[in-house]
Amino acid sequence: MTAFLESISYNGWILPALLGLPLLGAAVLLLRGRAATADAQMASDRRFALWVFLAEAGLSLGLWWSVNVEVPLWQADFELPWIPSWGVSFHLGLDGIALMLVLLTTLLMPLAVLGGWTSIREKTASYYALLLILTTGMLGVFMALDLVLFYVMWEVMLIPMYLIIGVWGGQRRLYASLKFFLYTMLGSLLMLVAIIWLGTAAGTEGVPNFGYDAVLNYTRLSDAHGSVWLFAAFAVAFAVKVPMFPFHTWLPDAHVEAPTAGSVILAAIMLKMGTFGFIRFALPFFPAAAMLPAVRTVMLSLAVIGIVYGALVALVQPDFKKLVAYSSVSHLGFVMLGIFALTTESLQGALVVTIAHGISTGALFLLIGMIYERRHTRLVDDFGGIAKVMPVFSVFLTIVALSSIGVPGTNGFVGEFLVLIGSFQTQPFYAVIAATSVIIAAAYLLWAVQRIIYNPLVKPENERLRGHDLNWREIGLLTPLVVAILWIGVYPKPLLQKTERAAAKLIQYVEDVRTSDRIGRIR
Amino acid sequence: MLTQTDAPMTGHPLADTVARFAWLLPVLPLLGFLFNGFLSLRAAAHPGPADPTAASHDHGEHGDHGDHGAHDAHGHDDAHHAARHPSAGLVSLIGPGVLLLSFGLALAVFVAMRAAHIEEAYVLTLFQWMPTGKLSIDVALQLDQLSMVMTLIITGIGSLIHIFSVGYMQDDPGYPRYFAYLNLFVFFMLLLVLGANYPLMFVGWEGVGLCSYLLIGFWFHEKANADAGKKAFIVNRIGDFGFLVAMFLMFANFGTLSFAGVEEAAGGLMVGSLIATAICLFLFLGAAGKSAQLPLYIWLPDAMAGPTPVSALIHAATMVTAGVYLVARSATLFAVAPTAQLTVALVGALTAVFAATIGLKQWDIKKVLAYSTVSQLGYMFVGVGVGAYTAGVFHLMTHAFFKALLFLGSGSVIYAMHKAYHETHNHEDAQDMRNMGGLRRHMPITFGLMWIATLAIAGIPVFSGFFSKDEILTAVFARTHGSTLAEASLFGIPGTALLYAIYALGLAAALMTAIYMTRMMLYTFHGPNRTGEAERPHLKEAPWVMTGPLVVLGVLSLVGGWMNLPLITGGAIGPVELLHHWLEPVVGTGANIVTLGETPHLSHATEYTLIGTAVFIAVAGIAFALWRLKPAALVAAKDAPAEQGIAKVLHDKWYVDEAYDAAVVQPTLGVSRTVLWKGIDAGLIDGLLVNGSALLTRAFGWMGSQAQTGRVGTYAWVIVLGAVAVLGAFSFL
Repeated sequence: MTAFLESISYNGWILPALLGLPLLGAAVLLLRGRAATADAQMASDRRFALWVFLAEAGLSLGLWWSVNVEVPLWQADFELPWIPSWGVSFHLGLDGIALMLVLLTTLLMPLAVLGGWTSIREKTASYYALLLILTTGMLGVFMALDLVLFYVMWEVMLIPMYLIIGVWGGQRRLYASLKFFLYTMLGSLLMLVAIIWLGTAAGTEGVPNFGYDAVLNYTRLSDAHGSVWLFAAFAVAFAVKVPMFPFHTWLPDAHVEAPTAGSVILAAIMLKMGTFGFIRFALPFFPAAAMLPAVRTVMLSLAVIGIVYGALVALVQPDFKKLVAYSSVSHLGFVMLGIFALTTESLQGALVVTIAHGISTGALFLLIGMIYERRHTRLVDDFGGIAKVMPVFSVFLTIVALSSIGVPGTNGFVGEFLVLIGSFQTQPFYAVIAATSVIIAAAYLLWAVQRIIYNPLVKPENERLRGHDLNWREIGLLTPLVVAILWIGVYPKPLLQKTERAAAKLIQYVEDVRTSDRIGRIR
Repeated sequence: MLTQTDAPMTGHPLADTVARFAWLLPVLPLLGFLFNGFLSLRAAAHPGPADPTAASHDHGEHGDHGDHGAHDAHGHDDAHHAARHPSAGLVSLIGPGVLLLSFGLALAVFVAMRAAHIEEAYVLTLFQWMPTGKLSIDVALQLDQLSMVMTLIITGIGSLIHIFSVGYMQDDPGYPRYFAYLNLFVFFMLLLVLGANYPLMFVGWEGVGLCSYLLIGFWFHEKANADAGKKAFIVNRIGDFGFLVAMFLMFANFGTLSFAGVEEAAGGLMVGSLIATAICLFLFLGAAGKSAQLPLYIWLPDAMAGPTPVSALIHAATMVTAGVYLVARSATLFAVAPTAQLTVALVGALTAVFAATIGLKQWDIKKVLAYSTVSQLGYMFVGVGVGAYTAGVFHLMTHAFFKALLFLGSGSVIYAMHKAYHETHNHEDAQDMRNMGGLRRHMPITFGLMWIATLAIAGIPVFSGFFSKDEILTAVFARTHGSTLAEASLFGIPGTALLYAIYALGLAAALMTAIYMTRMMLYTFHGPNRTGEAERPHLKEAPWVMTGPLVVLGVLSLVGGWMNLPLITGGAIGPVELLHHWLEPVVGTGANIVTLGETPHLSHATEYTLIGTAVFIAVAGIAFALWRLKPAALVAAKDAPAEQGIAKVLHDKWYVDEAYDAAVVQPTLGVSRTVLWKGIDAGLIDGLLVNGSALLTRAFGWMGSQAQTGRVGTYAWVIVLGAVAVLGAFSFL
């Protein structure tokens, strides 16, 4: 496989191709002729979009073999001058961590499209075009090795999601989309200021340099690596995205109002931009600031508060989508704990949670979408006894819920276990508090699962679901997710190996800069 | 994937024997699960239309399912009149078949192990599980004398219970699903005892909890059953939290999580080590959850909502003993933490007594047995707690025999009662002993076998339970002098005093055990029958597929004690201390630390006195029950008056569930809802900060618009002020 990829110099063109293909697809979707009827239009649009996403996923698969995670160089490196006079270039590249996130994105998008296959009926061309543009934005964030390019991609993905929620969302979609937009926008403006400052400072002879490596080199050699203010400017932008407590209240509203695909993408991929931002930018740029006792305490406390608080609030949610949204706050807290505990094991765990949460929560939102299409409600108490009438749905819901609870043998356990056991080495207090969430997580999910699929089948609306169990499309799109859940749970080694080097390198780098830093150089 | 990646143990005496195939032990039941699960889904699934939104809900279709639903609404144990499941025949072959194959393999491995006389465990590494950083966790199986004993119990008793289930569950519409869950349970249980490190054991640990959850809620359309399953899982998770923290501590302090590594590290610790004590206490929190000890025992009685064979297998013979196994497995670690050991023994003794008091006043035959199980598990913890690991495991084994027999026997009784009530379309409670009575005339085989089990659990000589219970009590007494435990203390109470108290509690529990078990037998099988005139002719012995396994368990309950005859018998009735010698390589180091390197020695006179006391207590209990309880005076449940006074308190289980609900569950829900969600989330963050800042922005906008005066003079002033401010700011930077 590797030899074949080399023969077509795959690494030379794959990253721009992955960014370009969705844009091209979006352009075709928007520009081509209209069909005679709305139904025909829908059928043609969704089929076209699915093919584009499948092509994208297929193209990206080669990265698994072509990216060599053992060498300390950017892989599939691609650079074009963009605005040379400002020191901005179109620079893309991957390490093991970005690789996993890129693959998560490309592989999940076709499933997200299939999830909204029959529920999106209006303005389908625009809808799928926005999904495609969004994909370019998300992939760009993971690939960008230039700060301006990164920022552009960060904003590019914001607008399609705003529109997806605002146009195809539920009843309070305007409130939710605006809240989502303002929250993230406000956070990222501070980051923009910090980026401009850094690029200017890292430049030579009056020409700024926004290249990632140049900025990293600059912060390492100057005392910017200890700047709490610069760290905070990045941290707020990322913390909103994660979202960390107390910046999380946009998430439940956005999730509840977003269409299924929107929820899936939000939870599975877009939240990970926040944690990715910490790993790629905030921590390596400002290691000394991030590791200041006060800063670290704040970050760890917010992470652990998020874990427990998210779980407790999830416990009392009547709306299943909101419940899952708050459980996301809890799970992402694990990622943040793993990052700031700063051990290889905990960071590796954080990366597994990143992937695992994407799969499990993505699957949960897909399942909610499926039952919503049939029952037009998401209130947990409206259900009951569904296992009698929809056994296949119930089996899937059970497996996915168990993975979200973190039962061993599923992806959820591997991630949480590594985060906790790794964090315990440096931060036992936080790790033990975080571990209590294994109890609450079981409580909120099993309680919800019981009220949905178990208990007596008394409501006639639920009785009418008989004969409307999941169809083959739905079974087909959930099956790969369940396979991934079990595969990562039983044999996570290939995944861990992809990110091991990058994780260890980051830990080493932060420790090195911190220890070489003399006291007093920290502002 | 499940192939041997490397053979690290070449040179081990077991390396070239059948033990190489030990990975098949858990894999066989796993295959059974996949097969039965597939059959179950295939029969139940009817994929829906391609577009769920376009579908008009089709009412006509569920006509042919109607009988199904109406029937299931009756709920538990009421299953036997629906048509048999279409694939029932195949399932009956595969479900118990994989277990018998596993048992056969286990026997073969056992024979090989006996021949090889191994000193070290044979570890079969299958693949790396979570290698990252300093952490290296393998999927590896460990064969040694302890895991062997457990494997034989699990597959042996498991096979019998699977066979019994073929009869008991035959007409249940969820027949394949039942066997799928049961097979999956055995898979996880074998993983639990065969795993070579704590994380892998934890996989089995949580896995059996999951199967327990699924099987307790097997008849999930009744809310009470689904509630019970959920409760079991969540309460167990409290224990699992302890297990997790214990693993974190091990990794932080020992750098390893494998049994061999931890054992080695523990051997290097001083007796009384704080680290060991902390780890052991957290491990015991896990054990208390899984093995239903105070204060986490509350899920086990509710777990009786599951089918009765499940109660026998999971909630009596195997899963609930996992905590005892955990302590025995960590023998050396516990041995260097005498404070933790005293805690284990004390909690065990208190649980034994507490649960026995509740068992005295239950009417539901399965509830009596459930509290009895909690009580007997307490006994096992007393054993492993005082460092008599062999005694604890011995009682685990004999208990597996007689308690499985009691549960399956009660299953036969319930089965018969159900059939009778079903014939007459009566909806009385088939598990309430007040509706039974005189069943000895209708089910003589079950009656005889259950008496054997009752005498065994009560501790009447030559029955299996006598030997194991006596060994535990003797060990407690022996530890009061010349042991690390005697020298240690707990909450300022010296170990010696505590051990005497534990011994006394053990005797008290034994007395109550004899009473409530005799009570159960009297009310069920003796006296006049209270089932009802119309029902009486329909009361019949269960078919042979069910009574067959009972007979095997009866024999085991009778002779199981011969597996570890006490030294004092002097070989007169058979070889002594077989199990003790067998387990020596695994638990010997730990046991030796506790007894300060010496063989515990009591004078023959003392030992005879102890045995005499125990036997006297057991006989007295039975005699007291026979003298005081009058089955003839009982009336059927529907005519029975409510309990009064202490009887009511015991019947209502000391109101512990109610107390937990008021102290933990409701406050958690209340705080989460009113303070966290409505207060902080919706009120403070969203209401005040987010929407507040939106308002503030609007206010600023309004103020800005007021500044748009249109007068050039005002603008000029603003520009000047602004310039000064900016320049000023720069000059300070």
